[in-house]
Amino acid sequence: MSGSAVLLQFLNGLASASSLFLVAAGLSLIFGVTRIVNFAHGSLYMLGMYAAVWLSPKIGFWLAVPLAALAIALFGFLVEILLLRRIYKAPELLQLLATFALVLIIRDFALWMWGPEDQLGPRAPGLAGAAGIAGGLFPQYELFLILVGPLVFLLLHLLLTKTRWGVLIRAATQDREMAAALGVNQRWLFTGVFALGALLAGMGGALAIPREPANLEIDLALIADAFVVVVVGGLGSIPGAFLAALLIGEVKAFCVALGYSKLTLAIEFVVMAVVLVARPWGLLGRPQGSGSVLAEPPLRFSSIERAACGAALAFLVALPVFSGPYAMVLMTDILVFALFAVSLHFIMGSGGMTSFGHAAYFGIGAYAAGILVLRAGAPPELALLVAPLAAAAGALVFGWFCVRLSGVYMAMLTLAFAQIAWSIVFQWDRVTGGSNGLVGVWPPQWLSGKTAYYYLALALCAAGILFLWRALRSPFGYALRAGRDSPLRAEAIGIDVRGRQWAAFTLAGLFAGLAGALFAFSKGSISPETLAVPRSVDGLAMVLLGGIQTFTGPVWGAALFTWLQDSVSREFAYWRAALGAVLLALVLVLPQGLAGLATRWQSSR
Amino acid sequence: MRSLLITLLLLASPVHAQIKIGELNSYKVFPAFLEPYKKGWELALEEINASGGLLGRKLEIVSRDDGGTPGDAVRVAEELLSRERATVLMGTFASNVGLAVSNLAAQRKVLFLAAEPLTDKIVWENGNRYTFRLRPSTYMQTAMLIPEAAKLKKKRWAIVYPNYEYGQSATASFKKLLKQAQPEVEFVAEQAPPLGKIDAGAVVQALADAKPDAIFSSLFAADLQKFVREGNTRGLFRGTPVFNLLAGEPEYLDTLRDETPDGWWVTGYPWSEINTPEHRRFREAYEKRWKDYPRAGSVVGYASVYAIAAAVKKANAADTEKLIASLKGLEMQSPFGPIVWRPIDQQSTMGAYVGQLAKRDGKGVMVNWRYADGGKFQPSDQEIRALRKE
Repeated sequence: MSGSAVLLQFLNGLASASSLFLVAAGLSLIFGVTRIVNFAHGSLYMLGMYAAVWLSPKIGFWLAVPLAALAIALFGFLVEILLLRRIYKAPELLQLLATFALVLIIRDFALWMWGPEDQLGPRAPGLAGAAGIAGGLFPQYELFLILVGPLVFLLLHLLLTKTRWGVLIRAATQDREMAAALGVNQRWLFTGVFALGALLAGMGGALAIPREPANLEIDLALIADAFVVVVVGGLGSIPGAFLAALLIGEVKAFCVALGYSKLTLAIEFVVMAVVLVARPWGLLGRPQGSGSVLAEPPLRFSSIERAACGAALAFLVALPVFSGPYAMVLMTDILVFALFAVSLHFIMGSGGMTSFGHAAYFGIGAYAAGILVLRAGAPPELALLVAPLAAAAGALVFGWFCVRLSGVYMAMLTLAFAQIAWSIVFQWDRVTGGSNGLVGVWPPQWLSGKTAYYYLALALCAAGILFLWRALRSPFGYALRAGRDSPLRAEAIGIDVRGRQWAAFTLAGLFAGLAGALFAFSKGSISPETLAVPRSVDGLAMVLLGGIQTFTGPVWGAALFTWLQDSVSREFAYWRAALGAVLLALVLVLPQGLAGLATRWQSSR
Repeated sequence: MRSLLITLLLLASPVHAQIKIGELNSYKVFPAFLEPYKKGWELALEEINASGGLLGRKLEIVSRDDGGTPGDAVRVAEELLSRERATVLMGTFASNVGLAVSNLAAQRKVLFLAAEPLTDKIVWENGNRYTFRLRPSTYMQTAMLIPEAAKLKKKRWAIVYPNYEYGQSATASFKKLLKQAQPEVEFVAEQAPPLGKIDAGAVVQALADAKPDAIFSSLFAADLQKFVREGNTRGLFRGTPVFNLLAGEPEYLDTLRDETPDGWWVTGYPWSEINTPEHRRFREAYEKRWKDYPRAGSVVGYASVYAIAAAVKKANAADTEKLIASLKGLEMQSPFGPIVWRPIDQQSTMGAYVGQLAKRDGKGVMVNWRYADGGKFQPSDQEIRALRKE
């Protein structure tokens, strides 16, 4: 590379870093103060883009940007007051489900409002051309963006250090309880911070339109990048986010410049994994204050749940007698996802280890089964037995790193590993079939009937679920919970907390892998979506919907979620929004989840 | 309530001998392409039923959103087959979903008309006797650009493509075919940004640094728009001819508006200029019905339903085996002119239009275009047999 090429690519990296920082700063602020993992942050950015594209022809680009940003801030304000405020008291992470529902609703809203076609915004008046730099041409607008990032950083810094409101935000970021005890009105602080975060997201979106069309894919494409920046920088740290945005912007630009463009598929996750392994709190983050010191009451397998499980099992065994083949197909899906959700709940609930990348083990199981059958010519029965072991091996390796972290950092490391696994599957054509995946993974003849396969799935999933539940009620499960509620005391009485967590992580991977292998044979084909982010998010939604602080919740959550997805997509054209609305309603009405209802009913008697 | 009653009545009526198409597509994942596609097949359905239906009965299409993933699509297809008792499957967009449904069709022994997927594999490596594909494949559309590309006698080529199967196979085919036509050609740079996430500034700069004589791209949608704007601003396209698959399809071209780069060679669909009687008839009917102009997807949806209708008429039956026999070698009319369903790989010969981009009144149009018949841009029968392992 010539010197001029290096300089121009460096500037490209700076421009990308600026855009990344705008989104990440808002996300980091929101998380720092409210502890909300705001999945809808990318959607706010998308709304900012659409609003600016829509407003630009009417009032001009330079007016459209602040106006769009303000509109999104107002929207954020309303979301916080009408929705999030109602569920701060709910189990941690439930807000995640609520914001996930918002993602679904906002995307369909944008489709309905602005139509399906991508909308390229105008060039920025006054900055439409290019400047000659080092013998090359560089867009003036991107030079402007390079300045905007540091400018916003500076303004935020002044706001946080020089104003009273900023001091309160920092106080709340560092110790929420103490800030509240000193009489800080948290309600308005939260609302204000959420609106400020939304403002930054909206402005980021609006400023992006001269470079990139408003489109319906941008929300999820962006949210992952934004999370990475926030976590690499250290949660709640604005300077950290700035540094991380620079790092990732430059790494990406030079991957492209040096001819390794294929690496950009997941390079940010590689960076994140490396940073988190070396620095468990991100570049400039500090160890999180003990967020939830409230130990949960022990999980009880309530008599209602016991009865419901017995009834459900009897119903499932008898089901083929009185239902058609499609019910078998749908129920097989439900069983597979129930096992997947229970395996996730196994580490999330009693283990206290949140995973944003549990689909990795589901996918490794599915791919191991497919590869064994198609590439190695193994009999499907054998593949079904071996595949979960492959997933467990994956979990064993990834888990070793993950259990060294905690909270959202750990969740993001699981996500990083899942994305790395995904990008390998996506690009390793010869073995995994690349983006097309593996086609023709069918069960053996004697299991090829829908009913036969259903009984296989029922037997294996029920056995897996019961085994995991049994493990939770064994000394192993109690030790795991002790480690979650009070790691120091657990260590003191001789429990190897990390060892237990690692074992639990691996066990969860094993059963997720079994679910994945069953999934592969029920579909006949698998492709990289099997281990992509949306599958992990679906798993989280199932667990949260069922109730994380319950025993049987994930099973009901998985059943309801899968059934909803199937029936809603048939009945509604805008089925995403419909699904999102149902999820929101459930979150508001049943913050403890479906199974929480049973517990509540029992304890009120 | 009334619609429920009607549904119940419909369910109660006998289902044998009726042609019911089970249609599934990723409507909410690729709405820009699939909303026009849906309008296309709805128009064909209405026309067919207005002229008496098929085999003396009304043709029925049950449409579903396939969720955009193979797993969901297979479940939806199962539902169409077992609950709705669809006799034929039709649709899908992304290649991985198309391949999954195609494989299911072979397993369940039911005819599947893959309308949109571009992957070569669906009729070659993973081809099966139950799957027919309408749209010209990645290979065919790439091959259509080769004659013009070779004519330029440019030596140094740079390539940019979205990093998944479509972009990879377009690139592989382009390199292979151009090398055959012009052995001294050199490929000096290759950029494979992730689909939907191109870092356009860096990619444009990296391509410029390689100092290519010409560029081949298979970018589309948001990636294409970002690439075009960055390239325009940074002067990448000045004096460098560019070939871009699909960029002439209204779905992608219309979004470029005043950024439309002049002189690019593309495959596409110049809907406003095609004056053949069959296209005029289609366009007038479409515009009358939808108050909107047709996109490439509209033609695909429209012709897919007519292909099934033609097969049923020829077979005079709705039975899968008879339909397969009747579709193989079937000749029919489409808005693009006559097409044939090749018996060798069950690919239709529907082609695409090859031409150059130009700006007119701040909008992108195709000029110097001609129709490239899909039957002429195919590898030898021998190669295909080897790929299909027959």
